[in-house]
Amino acid sequence: MAAFLRSSRFDALFPFLMTAAMIVASAAFYPDILSANYLLQQLQIASFLGVIALGATLVILLGHIDLSVPWTLGGAAIVCTALAGTGHPILSAIAIPAALLFGALVGVINGFGVAVFRIPSMVWTLAVNSILLGVAVLNTGGFNPRGEASSLMSALATGSLLGVPAGFLLWMGLLAVLLWLLRRGGFGAYLSAVGCNEKATYLSGVNTSRVVFGAFMLAGMCSALGGVLLAGYANQAYQSMGDPYLLPTIAAVVIGGTSILGGRGTLIGTVGGVLFITLLSSILSVMQIGEAWRNIVFGTIIISMLLVQTLKSKGTPA
Amino acid sequence: MLELFRANRRECSAAVVLALLLGAYLYTHPRGASTYVLTIWANQCLILALAAMAQFFVVLVRGIDLSVGAIMALTNTFASYVLGGTALGIAAGSVAVIALGTLCGLVNGLIVVYGRIQPIIVTLATGSIFVGIALLLRPTPGGSINYDFADAMTLDVAGIPTAVLIGVALVVVFWLPLRRTGLGRAMYAIGSSEQAAFQSGIAVNRVRLCAFALGGTFAGLAGSYFSHVTTTGDAGIAPNFTLNSIAAVVLGGVALRGGVGTLIGALIGACILKTISSLMFFSGLPPLAQPFIEGMVLAGAIAIGSLGLLRVSDRLLVFSR
Amino acid sequence: MTIDRTGTALIRLQGVSKHYGATAALSEVDFACHAGEVHAVLGENGAGKSTLMKLMAGVIRPSAGEILVDGAPVTLSSPAAALALGIVCMFQELSLVPDLSVRENLLLGAPGTGYGFRNPTDLAAARTTLDAIGGEAIRFATRVADLPLAEQQQVEITKALIRRPRLLILDEATSALNASVVDKVFALIRRQRDEGVAVLFISHRFHEIEALADTLSVFRNGRHIETMRNGEHDYPHLIQLMIGQPLSNLFPVAAPVRPDAPVVLDIERLGWSDRLHAVSLSVRAGQVVGLGGLDGQGQARVMHALFGLLRHTEGTVRLGGEPIAPDSPKAATAEAVGLAWVPEDRKSDGLVLAQSIAENLHLASLGHGSRPDEAVFTRLMERLELTYRELSQPVADLSGGNQQKVSLIKWLALSPRCLLLSDPTRGIDVKTKAQIYRLLADLAASGLAIVLLSTDFEELIHLCDPVHVFYDGRIVDSLSGERLDASNIVAASLNLHATADGPDPVTRHA
Repeated sequence: MAAFLRSSRFDALFPFLMTAAMIVASAAFYPDILSANYLLQQLQIASFLGVIALGATLVILLGHIDLSVPWTLGGAAIVCTALAGTGHPILSAIAIPAALLFGALVGVINGFGVAVFRIPSMVWTLAVNSILLGVAVLNTGGFNPRGEASSLMSALATGSLLGVPAGFLLWMGLLAVLLWLLRRGGFGAYLSAVGCNEKATYLSGVNTSRVVFGAFMLAGMCSALGGVLLAGYANQAYQSMGDPYLLPTIAAVVIGGTSILGGRGTLIGTVGGVLFITLLSSILSVMQIGEAWRNIVFGTIIISMLLVQTLKSKGTPA
Repeated sequence: MLELFRANRRECSAAVVLALLLGAYLYTHPRGASTYVLTIWANQCLILALAAMAQFFVVLVRGIDLSVGAIMALTNTFASYVLGGTALGIAAGSVAVIALGTLCGLVNGLIVVYGRIQPIIVTLATGSIFVGIALLLRPTPGGSINYDFADAMTLDVAGIPTAVLIGVALVVVFWLPLRRTGLGRAMYAIGSSEQAAFQSGIAVNRVRLCAFALGGTFAGLAGSYFSHVTTTGDAGIAPNFTLNSIAAVVLGGVALRGGVGTLIGALIGACILKTISSLMFFSGLPPLAQPFIEGMVLAGAIAIGSLGLLRVSDRLLVFSR
Repeated sequence: MTIDRTGTALIRLQGVSKHYGATAALSEVDFACHAGEVHAVLGENGAGKSTLMKLMAGVIRPSAGEILVDGAPVTLSSPAAALALGIVCMFQELSLVPDLSVRENLLLGAPGTGYGFRNPTDLAAARTTLDAIGGEAIRFATRVADLPLAEQQQVEITKALIRRPRLLILDEATSALNASVVDKVFALIRRQRDEGVAVLFISHRFHEIEALADTLSVFRNGRHIETMRNGEHDYPHLIQLMIGQPLSNLFPVAAPVRPDAPVVLDIERLGWSDRLHAVSLSVRAGQVVGLGGLDGQGQARVMHALFGLLRHTEGTVRLGGEPIAPDSPKAATAEAVGLAWVPEDRKSDGLVLAQSIAENLHLASLGHGSRPDEAVFTRLMERLELTYRELSQPVADLSGGNQQKVSLIKWLALSPRCLLLSDPTRGIDVKTKAQIYRLLADLAASGLAIVLLSTDFEELIHLCDPVHVFYDGRIVDSLSGERLDASNIVAASLNLHATADGPDPVTRHA
């Protein structure tokens, strides 16, 4: 039993358990929380953060961090709404692929600084974020970007299939794709190995630069996808739309059992972490708790979760 | 003398860059090199510089503090209540504000050291808590501080901006002595090689706590000074300052892995960052292009520091410890 | 001088054990060291000597047993606690902070310095001590990271001495120092001993131990075997105590290489930066070629060059007749080339310690062209007698010997054409060493070309032919057959001509 509690499988399961506990506990005060309506809506909202967090997990597994999420998201939203807003059928059709390409390109730039120039990822991705902000300002003139979401984008963000939100299906689809990618050619094994010890992995004949590039590109594309969904939801791109997503992304990944130092963690755990954070924010607003207390509760609960993780592993810090 | 320059290469090159930037700024500013312009510049710089100094202490011991801005917000809003009234009240209030900052830093340190959780995540969470408390204090920006007191801190003394004097005083009276104490050495030791520090008999936990507490103190000073400059309390200032403080320390030659860099470097780095954006403002470049150019300059400055690694002929050297 | 070992020992260990998971680094050790004696601790790598020192220095705590200082039980909870009792340790990995200056390192944690300005530690005394051991050229303002290893060791010795120890522990304190500096250090140590300090001393250099020690203790496989006065036993007896069997049993009989065996690896005039000059050597199928010499003379760089870790190399390297120029380990290990390298530091370079055995075994083969299947791994694990609980346990839990086996299996599964090994038996118990030696002999017999870099003379002499000795980036001598013996290796390593008066006794390592 003790061994199971310390295993990584339990690490991934833990946030799901905590989410369920949270739902059940709050339902005592607000029975509506247990309604299918509410829960499905949460799944839809969670998918925005969820898509981004999956990509972030790959980067954090490497022992790096991607702080360019806000403006990769924002930039991708601007790209796809601009293309879709032209009304031109071909341009609208490539709106989403163009946004994803944008995300991949940002990922390549991130990877370049980290893998080739060996700049600490925290600093480099921060700088890239600043540049992307500058590009966006240059492009939009500081106003809200003009453009609108295509019908596909809106459908993905707000529609549903057989009652299940389309966004959630997209999120799970992305999870499946990433899980498959991780198995292919040892990419997943390489991610953890590089996160644990890049030098030894390099000396084992692995092209570690390619692994870093790959992870950042995928993360960029995931952030871009998040931007597409958000733009579809709001039917436009808007200033600083990505800013509120950076810190919750990191929190979700860590609560999901991934070590911030890299080398240890799972995508499934991140799904649990995203659900936890989404439910937490949502329940706090159902309780009509003001922004101030929401911040306080949010921070306190994250620390508590991390302390529990430390106690659980007894020696391996989060 | 030459030895001194060589030993502090990074800070000296940063200082040169700053001097050039400042010269360019004063040249392009319509009111030129006047006390007025310098004072405004120095005030803005000092706020970020204090935030960068806060970040410095945490980075020095191989950590990162994502709550710098949040502590600033909290102490800023707190200051907007207590920095008024009588002179004695103001004095006590000032002490209270700084003590609050120190307490926040201590909380960070305690969780990091005894909870054994990575600083990046701890400060992410505590930052949220601190901002929340700040919002409780000031749901909307408001409050005021004693104007005479604020003026005294933000104007000039015989032509030299008070902010410059404060900065110099901090370096000369606080930093240079600290650097020579056992505590200062111990902090560098922990960041550079925690194992070696431990084996030399250093109380690693206690020193790390001290570094985090100092980080909180300086963040408190930053928030306090911010209230002198703006004379109000605002809970929303956090995100900007946190990320900028990280960029500032890196520009100033502080290594994110710990054990390398000086407070002076952090100060210079912050001034460089602020001067670049001020320079943009008056440079005549199209305003829409300014954030972009600022971002490019930041990226370029960071990349230049790493160019040496590209030419290294022993590939194993890129794997730093 | 006869030491009074009947009185209260300055430090005594009773029934002390230290376990790391399933591995016992020390088992039920009873050991004592007295004031006014120089006590040498001997043992093979992995015998537990460093663990013993770390226990006494307060770096780690015993899993069982008691430590007594001056007859009273103590808990050495940290190095600070040990230092307070006058136990000063000079560690093998050094306790110097790279980014601080010499002066600051000397002051770090010195007695009387707290967090403030007080520096009661007399730096003048430090200067005198440093000068006395040949460190006149070392300036206090220099950053420690900028000093070569030898000078760092001198600073570390000075740092230990100015703490006015009652018990001075030296763990491989002189491994990088040249002979004249070592003499000065010994003079200082003898003065300390005469003033009543107890000195514990680990070294691999027998002539040093002979010259300095009053008492010798032998450890083997984590147990304390015997303590004796210096001179009571001769070198072969000591070796037998240390490895538990006569030296000759350790090494398999090497099969002679067929002179018409194809040349697998051919290096012609390899050069790099100013560290390698015109290095030429070749390895036939079935041959084990040795690389020897003092640390840092270029032999390690040859391995790096072959494995694609160096840019701008000169000269030509041919594998199987075809010229190769790998630009990364990935290129060097590709199926078409077929090189494999087991680095000397298995903890940081050879293995990903935090990951499982299975993950480590497969790391090199995941993207490899040869795609070995599970059966290959299983066969190799049986052949090397890998001992483990389950494949999903972290590799860090295994003993040093088993860790090295994982490293070997990882590469052997790819069927390399040429196997490069750097000090493969460093820090490994004797039984596993013998297994690895047999494995190398078998691999050679089956046609693999092997290059073995070693700092252990016995390995070079018994396993390799020829042995190329490096000095200052060049091969200064290639020894084989009759000429391959300890004294010639020593002579070549020091770039001397071999003396006419026969071999210098008891030098196993440089």
